[in-house]
Amino acid sequence: MLNLGAALPEIFMAVSALALLMLGVFAGKDKAFRTVSWLAVAAQVITIILVVTGEGGPAFFGQFTADAFAQFCKVMILIGSSIGIIMSMKFAERENMARFEFPILITLATVGMMAMVSASDMMSLYLGLELQSLALYVVAAIRRDTIRSTESGLKYFILGSIASGMLLYGMSMVYGFTGTTNFAVLADTLTGGDLPVGAMVGLAFMFAGLCFKISAVPFHMWTPDVYEGAPTPVTAFFAVAPKIAGLALFVRVAIGPFGGVVADWQQIIVLISILSMLVGSFAALRQENIKRLMAYSSIGHVGFALVGLAAGTEEGVTGVLVYLGIYLVMNLGTFAVILCMRRNDRMNEEITDLAGLAKTKPLMAAITAILMFSMAGIPPLAGFFGKFYVFKAAVDAGLVTLAVIGLVTSVVSAYYYLRIIKVMYFDEPVEGFDRNGTEMNVIMAVATIAILAFVFFPNPLMDSAAIAAASLFGQ
Amino acid sequence: MSDWPILSIVTFLPLLGAVLLLFINGEEANVARNSRGVALWTSVFTFLVSLMLWVNFDKTTADFQFVEQADWMPGLNISYHMGVDGISVLFVLLATFLTPICILSAWEAIQKRVKEYMIAFLVLETMMIGMFSSLDGLLFYLFFEGVLIPMFIIIGVWGGQRRVYAAFKLFLYTLLGSVLMLVALLAMYFEAGTTDIPTLMAYGFDYNMQLWLWLAFFASFAVKVPMWPVHTWLPDAHVEAPTAGSVILAGVLLKMGGYGFLRFSLPMMPLASETFAPLIFTLSIVAIIYTSLVALAQQDMKKLIAYSSVAHMGIVTIGAFTFNQHGIEGSIFQMLSHGVVSGALFLCVGVVYDRIHTREIDAYGGLVHRMPSYALIFMFFTMASVGLPGTGGFVGEILTLLGAFEANTWVAFFAATGLILGAAYALYLYRRIIFGALTKDNLKSILDLSPREWLLFAPLVIVVVWMGVYPVSFLDIMHVSVENLVNQVETAQAAAASAAQLAVN
Repeated sequence: MLNLGAALPEIFMAVSALALLMLGVFAGKDKAFRTVSWLAVAAQVITIILVVTGEGGPAFFGQFTADAFAQFCKVMILIGSSIGIIMSMKFAERENMARFEFPILITLATVGMMAMVSASDMMSLYLGLELQSLALYVVAAIRRDTIRSTESGLKYFILGSIASGMLLYGMSMVYGFTGTTNFAVLADTLTGGDLPVGAMVGLAFMFAGLCFKISAVPFHMWTPDVYEGAPTPVTAFFAVAPKIAGLALFVRVAIGPFGGVVADWQQIIVLISILSMLVGSFAALRQENIKRLMAYSSIGHVGFALVGLAAGTEEGVTGVLVYLGIYLVMNLGTFAVILCMRRNDRMNEEITDLAGLAKTKPLMAAITAILMFSMAGIPPLAGFFGKFYVFKAAVDAGLVTLAVIGLVTSVVSAYYYLRIIKVMYFDEPVEGFDRNGTEMNVIMAVATIAILAFVFFPNPLMDSAAIAAASLFGQ
Repeated sequence: MSDWPILSIVTFLPLLGAVLLLFINGEEANVARNSRGVALWTSVFTFLVSLMLWVNFDKTTADFQFVEQADWMPGLNISYHMGVDGISVLFVLLATFLTPICILSAWEAIQKRVKEYMIAFLVLETMMIGMFSSLDGLLFYLFFEGVLIPMFIIIGVWGGQRRVYAAFKLFLYTLLGSVLMLVALLAMYFEAGTTDIPTLMAYGFDYNMQLWLWLAFFASFAVKVPMWPVHTWLPDAHVEAPTAGSVILAGVLLKMGGYGFLRFSLPMMPLASETFAPLIFTLSIVAIIYTSLVALAQQDMKKLIAYSSVAHMGIVTIGAFTFNQHGIEGSIFQMLSHGVVSGALFLCVGVVYDRIHTREIDAYGGLVHRMPSYALIFMFFTMASVGLPGTGGFVGEILTLLGAFEANTWVAFFAATGLILGAAYALYLYRRIIFGALTKDNLKSILDLSPREWLLFAPLVIVVVWMGVYPVSFLDIMHVSVENLVNQVETAQAAAASAAQLAVN
């Protein structure tokens, strides 16, 4: 059944990306940057509405499915990328990267991500993933006049291609041993018992490819370099939307086609999760550049989110989704802060540049402190609840050791988040920052309020995550 | 009036005050003055409201009172559940009683970023009260950990020379202990399907699980109490914290560990508690004797009092694990009196620190000549700390020792030795600061207590004397609850013993 209605949001996004491209080309190229950007944001907002009100269901003859899980992830992705575009506008104009292709590329990447999380067949999965990746390679190198940006784009491209290759290889193995690429059929075929060894190898390759996309250890090496090299708004975008899409895809692949053989992949995820948490916390201790720090921090967060997946249960998936929702808010807020680290119209990226922020900009310092405490998972802030849900799922699934290791690494990671607070509050001020843009203030304020208020109103996010997870388990 | 959610009001009033403070803006001097006022009145008002708990408390029942329950996360079967019994209600009062004193003590000592300081303190008060009155494990954990945020800021921003080190140490030590407790809470949740404390108390975990749970909770509470050998964060934190920070740290935060033992370890893991009681006794005795000796050698006043806190808390943990009425009542009473007395001692240090700006014991001497009233007050609290009859310290110690004697004579013997050492370092400190000739130049013009400082000490003196002379008014409140706790523990232990007997036969 074709059922185009289920894919309406994606179709709308793709068409608007093309329309924006036309507009950009005919309306004076880069002069139209702002218009194109705002229109892209508008398109994403409309898409959110389409996603939420959409009818859902399978489409494209089993290639695509718009279930509650996809809906939940798409909303998060769209929020991430629309705010990503908003955050980049002023930066782009100041830093000479105001190319109208930028918002369009992000829109296209977003279409790819939406296709990814809705994929119910290896083919559509790969299609979505590549659309996303190709757009992102270009975005990373968007400042083609600087060495760092091009270098990061190139690194991302080469390593990303290898990962795609591995993924493709794994998929072909699975196909070879099962004779199908459809998730539903795969799930029926692979139920308990012994997984054919070829399919197992295929599974391992697929997971390796996916781990690269979400920058889980040991496939994380590109992350710090790309995060540091890419222009900051691009890094902000990288840290949220593709990561959420990648993790959602990972969950879908693990629970969907391979949901019957949890025991076969559980230990892989446990190991990857432990390694990610360890590297994410220990490697970040000595970072001086805040973007590199955020890179390691995101590696650690992926490790925490994978704890929920390792449980392999519906509760675990709920945990992952709650974690991602909170992660999205915290990261957007933090990157808004990082984007405000401008002094005399130049970007600053060292942690020491934040020294004495509590005196020069008390409100911004308070917001950053709240974000950092939340990232460290200190209650009663939202970040704690993300950890609480995934670790609860892990303990329920009998993975107590994993929970203990995870929580202990979270203490280690608390150290570097606290260090930022220390620099802001306990050190003597250096010269103050420039005035913040209004849009940054709004983003920071909204993120902070959300983090503070979560403890009082946890249910909207939790309930929708639970519904989303249930849909994945076929209820 | 009685159907008002008094506990929630008491818990969140300070938070409301903190939010109010956020909106104070304008000239710096004005902001500072208004913040002080708002913070003080908020905390005083909170204290007055919390007296309702005292007045309306029903001493004849061991049930939780002033219970409030509301949906919080219905999907997870976790609710907002508050309530107090005879064990916790006094700690709530301790917190509400000490906070206004802390705020008043910072009146002149804190001159920079007054507004932020007051916000941190009020948030801290909410966390403390919430912790003592939560009846849900997750809610408890939230408050228990949440305390770290304001404390980190208070020490880090307004602390002394090595404040950064001390703040990090406090935070990371406590956090490491706490996350293990979180795992234990999750495991209990998995087993019992709820984090509701009364339900968990009645649940009855099997012995093996109890052992692991106990150890995980122990990791958290032992750091918080603190017990030897994980006490090293405390001297650092105390020394670097501003006076009011030290007061609240010694007065209330240390009690969280002791309270945790009584609320979680004993009733939920009675068998494991029995198994591990010798461990607790050993660590506590080491703490009492070792830290008392260490205290003797200190050159820094605050450090000395900090070590004495570790020793006193050793008495508390011994009392808690005697599993008898005297021991546990003594333990609670000791916590309360130590809360007031050590808080007062830190205030005493603060008084001279505000004038001379050093905590070195050698920098003082002969203060009695210039500050007779100060010498009197300091003498009073030193004696209370030593456990002079007629002060609160005596009642707690004698009850605990009685309980310890019933449980194990040797434990009582060693604990009593600690008391002698306690007298030694306390009197030695007093002699070095107050007596002797007044030779130091900068002390020659030192001023005696100001009216504000009198106002600070007066309620503390009254309470300490009250606790010493008529302890019944406090013991009555906790009596039935403690009796219930002892019964619960004994029943569980007897049941396990008879089961073991059956297995042998």
